Amino acid sequence: MGWETWIITTLSRTLAYGTPLLLGTLGEIYTERSGVLNLGVEGMMIMGAYSAFTTAYITGNPWLGILVGGIIGGAFSLIHAFASVTLKANQVVSGLSLTMLGLGLSGVLGRGWEGKPLSNPISAITVPGLSKIPFLGPILFEGQNLLVYLTILLVPLLWYILYRTRIGITIRSVGDSPATADSLGINVDRVRYLCTAIGGVLAGVAGGYLSVAYRPAWTEGMTAGMGWIVIALTIFAFWNPAHGMLGAYFFGALYILSFRLQPWISPEFLKAMPYAFAILVLIIVSRGTLQSRMGAPAALSVPYTRGEE
Amino acid sequence: MKRFPGVVASNGVNLAVRKGEIHCLLGENGAGKTTLMRILYGLYQPDEGEIILNGKAVRISSPRAALSYHIGMVHQHFRLVPTLTVAENVVLGLNEGTGPFLNYKQTCKKISDIADKYGLVVDPRAKVWQLTVGQRQRVEILKALYREASILIMDEPTSVLTPQEVDQLFSTLRTLVDDGLTIIFITHKLDEVMEISDRVTVLRKGKAIATVNTAETNKAQLAELMVGREVVFRLEKNEVNRGEKILVVDDVHALNDRGLPALRGTSFDLYEGEILGVAGVSGNGQRELAEVLTGLRRARRGHVTLEGRAMINCSAREISDMGVAHVPTERKRIGTVPNMTVRDNLILKTYRKPPFSHGMFLDNRAAEENARKAMDEYQIMAPSIDTAVKVLSGGNIQRVVLARELSGDPRLIIAAHPTYGLDVGATEQVREILLAQRDRGAGILLISEDLEEIMTMSDRILVLFEGRVMGVIDAKAAQIERIGLMMAGIEEEEK
Amino acid sequence: MRAPNWLKIERRPTVSGRTVFIISVSAILAALLVAAIFFAVFGVSPIHAYGLILKGALGSRLGLAETVRRAIPLLLIGVGLTIAFRALFWNIGAEGQLLMGAIAAAGVALFSGLPDPLLLPAMFIAGFASGAAWGLIPAVLKVKLGINDVITTLMMNYIAIYLMEWLIHGPWKGPTARGFAYTDQFPRAAWIPTLYGTRVHWPTLVLGLLLALVMYILVTRTKSGFEIRVVGENPDAARFAGISQFKTTLLVMLIAGGFAGLAGVGEVAGIHHKLLGPLNISMGYGYTAIIVAWLARRNPLAVIITSFLFAIIISGGDVIKVSLGLPFQLINVFNGLILFFLIGSEVFIRYKVSFSFRRQ
Repeated sequence: MGWETWIITTLSRTLAYGTPLLLGTLGEIYTERSGVLNLGVEGMMIMGAYSAFTTAYITGNPWLGILVGGIIGGAFSLIHAFASVTLKANQVVSGLSLTMLGLGLSGVLGRGWEGKPLSNPISAITVPGLSKIPFLGPILFEGQNLLVYLTILLVPLLWYILYRTRIGITIRSVGDSPATADSLGINVDRVRYLCTAIGGVLAGVAGGYLSVAYRPAWTEGMTAGMGWIVIALTIFAFWNPAHGMLGAYFFGALYILSFRLQPWISPEFLKAMPYAFAILVLIIVSRGTLQSRMGAPAALSVPYTRGEE
Repeated sequence: MKRFPGVVASNGVNLAVRKGEIHCLLGENGAGKTTLMRILYGLYQPDEGEIILNGKAVRISSPRAALSYHIGMVHQHFRLVPTLTVAENVVLGLNEGTGPFLNYKQTCKKISDIADKYGLVVDPRAKVWQLTVGQRQRVEILKALYREASILIMDEPTSVLTPQEVDQLFSTLRTLVDDGLTIIFITHKLDEVMEISDRVTVLRKGKAIATVNTAETNKAQLAELMVGREVVFRLEKNEVNRGEKILVVDDVHALNDRGLPALRGTSFDLYEGEILGVAGVSGNGQRELAEVLTGLRRARRGHVTLEGRAMINCSAREISDMGVAHVPTERKRIGTVPNMTVRDNLILKTYRKPPFSHGMFLDNRAAEENARKAMDEYQIMAPSIDTAVKVLSGGNIQRVVLARELSGDPRLIIAAHPTYGLDVGATEQVREILLAQRDRGAGILLISEDLEEIMTMSDRILVLFEGRVMGVIDAKAAQIERIGLMMAGIEEEEK
Repeated sequence: MRAPNWLKIERRPTVSGRTVFIISVSAILAALLVAAIFFAVFGVSPIHAYGLILKGALGSRLGLAETVRRAIPLLLIGVGLTIAFRALFWNIGAEGQLLMGAIAAAGVALFSGLPDPLLLPAMFIAGFASGAAWGLIPAVLKVKLGINDVITTLMMNYIAIYLMEWLIHGPWKGPTARGFAYTDQFPRAAWIPTLYGTRVHWPTLVLGLLLALVMYILVTRTKSGFEIRVVGENPDAARFAGISQFKTTLLVMLIAGGFAGLAGVGEVAGIHHKLLGPLNISMGYGYTAIIVAWLARRNPLAVIITSFLFAIIISGGDVIKVSLGLPFQLINVFNGLILFFLIGSEVFIRYKVSFSFRRQ
């Protein structure tokens, strides 16, 4: 395989694999920006994958599958929101329990679906004309699918909402200083519910992408820890959708490369890098002023109660 | 003309403010200023009385309602989100007709226009965490102006400003007033009242004592009104001969949490067998002084010696081992561990040494016995020694703190607001306990905002103003007016 | 959230141990009820299923033995976690610490060349140190740089997983069978003795029981335990009392990480006798132990009971797979439900909810 072809194939696969990472990260960014830590992403993703697959299989419509995947993911996340925001329970434990539930449930329900082929997956697209552009053409416009493009479009949209609209300001204030937001008449609980739901829906869609587009099939545990990478990515992205995009493709590349570079570099090393990077980022950001500029939302994972000393 | 006669439940305050004036509310802490303003801003509801705005009676049920009446408030502790920009903070919580989208440029322009009009220099695109305190305050003012406030309530605005920033603020206020706004300015600083206000209402202990035209009064008169001329009831105190010097504080400098100087060369001595009362309006360095003396805050300069041994910048543990007791202001937050039992709280400082521990192990039985004795001696009312402290009443919590701190016969006791929030019976008991310690020969530094308490308990009185000792006078000869003046920063010569 | 008029919610001033017990048990029962629905959906009578589980897990000698051997790592890790949780250190990284302990033990067993009698003790020590070191890193990051402990411990899990994967596929690779990689088998002297005919590596069990007792004494009767409790309940007061949050946090993570490491040694030297893939060594013990510790309300002695309880559940997973043909994953559903109901039930511990038909 020629050097150039090798790179093109790698990048093309990175784009494909990075898409669910990006989707999940965008969602988790919104969730954490409002102050809620959702460790249940893995569970929501796999439930999304399962429900998307079965829906697509039964109805023959993969897009319906994606929709259902998103709804299921969102429903799961609302449970987490209820526990974290209304019951003010420990968010870490709540998220973990949902991951266990999701993994278990999908494993139980998914038995018997393994090995079934999906006759109608989301089809690969080749954009005529654009795909002829040298180098970029084959990467971006050949063999990808609509969801990949939609995801890319989602980035500037979500960025704009977060940083340039009233809603975004509200969300950020709730995550950084819920007491201030509350005193200005903002309903902190409602904002957190909304953002958690967004995170859940996107996680579900990400899972659906895996089972209906990327590798159309159902296997137990098929998300293989992607949810945890999403958590790492959210930090790596400094809770910014634009950085999230770069990070998702970067981490995606590491994953793809871990296979393709196997003869030369141990795959485990590359696979472990996302997690190490996340810790590194946290260390860098912990220095003073950088913290206030780019650090985690100040009220992350802290339940808010009005007026409690 | 805007008048607000407002009557607050137990207090009965009448306040009338004229349109287009700067009206100061003057009083010590606890005098009721903040409560009154919270009512005006819709955070509290008055139990009795009414608010009349422009001749019409109104009900202000929430901050949003207050805003609809064009009343804006600039809080003492800013309500800003540091990671957002100025413009974003100004706009936070507003539901303007433009829907979810924010026309950023337009907003910034509108803010700049307002800012320019009133001389408030601030960059709408700057992030709040980058701003100085003075600039942040301007953002708070802009918030109110953006919402078209015509009455501005400012709660102790200068407490966090440097002198230059204060000047800037005052010129801003004058500009605002020229444009027709009305300003209610809450403060305890007499200088400012004289400089900026048109009229001033003095509050004391929840009552409005008087309203005067600023031009017709002076600082001395105001101080007198603020502090009162009641005959102070003096407790029966034993004549105790002062002993040796126990504590020498020499030229101590320390910063507060914001990084501003809180103690600027504080110097004084404390003797065995005396109570040295520290008088002063809250925020003049008392908290930082207590923290430096108990090892909870670093001093940047200066010396502190306890019976000749250096005590400055030692750890809290070392200082405690040296025989210093600390009765803190926040008894629930740092003075006790609310979820732990009475028994455990009582050994919070002594658990490390015998008889409460031998080697690695705690001696629970010794702790139990200690707890039983303490409950008896200090009359701590609790169902058992295994009751969690958080269930107890304020008075009993304080008794636990005292029992713990005073066991072991400390040489020096730092008591900060020891009777704050306690009922009459508990208050009396605490005072008696402190007096007994004094009789025993301990040196006590009594920090309190209750001037009456200072005057009845102390042997000598020290007045702290802006981190400096204004003067130390013998309690017997003390006159309350003089103390009031010193608390307001007026040197004796100025009279 | 406003409560409707007929619902009275008031904060409880004190909570009796009895109340906590009742509420915890209710939570578990609620979870079991919901899980019963799953059985019903699969056409299996829940009562039949639960009965089978109990019989399989406890009814026979072999079944009981399997249950006990599953309880061992849960016990060790759970005890460590109760200490960490008491100091409010959210150690989600027990999984990784367990694996690090396993790696260290394998390293000693295969490569240290120590004389036989020293092998097992050395393995335990190495495992403890390895797990403890893995746990100390997030602890230092939290205390010195204020970095969130949940995230760091979580991330370190995966770094440990990949480290182990690399070892068994790379430098420590032994004979491979059917595509599964593992190291050589440990020398006989590095095998922890087991009870006859079972896989219960009893020295580790004894160690676990002992440590539970020791930790209980530590928490209730020693100075360090006192300091841990104060730091966990009120860090401000701890500072006021001169307790070093730094030293206390390091201590708890030393314990939590070290104990998880010991669990790893037990698994690898007592059951598998070689280093396998991480998912074979620990089937989520590190995560399940969180529930074990939570249910035990941070009481090290209670962990003995709760670890056994969850061991029954895991054994039950085997039973339902074999006897009922239901997927093993169902126990993850169990665990998730139990954990969820547990934390949901804490509302009822903090607040008393009653029905009131008087107008408020």
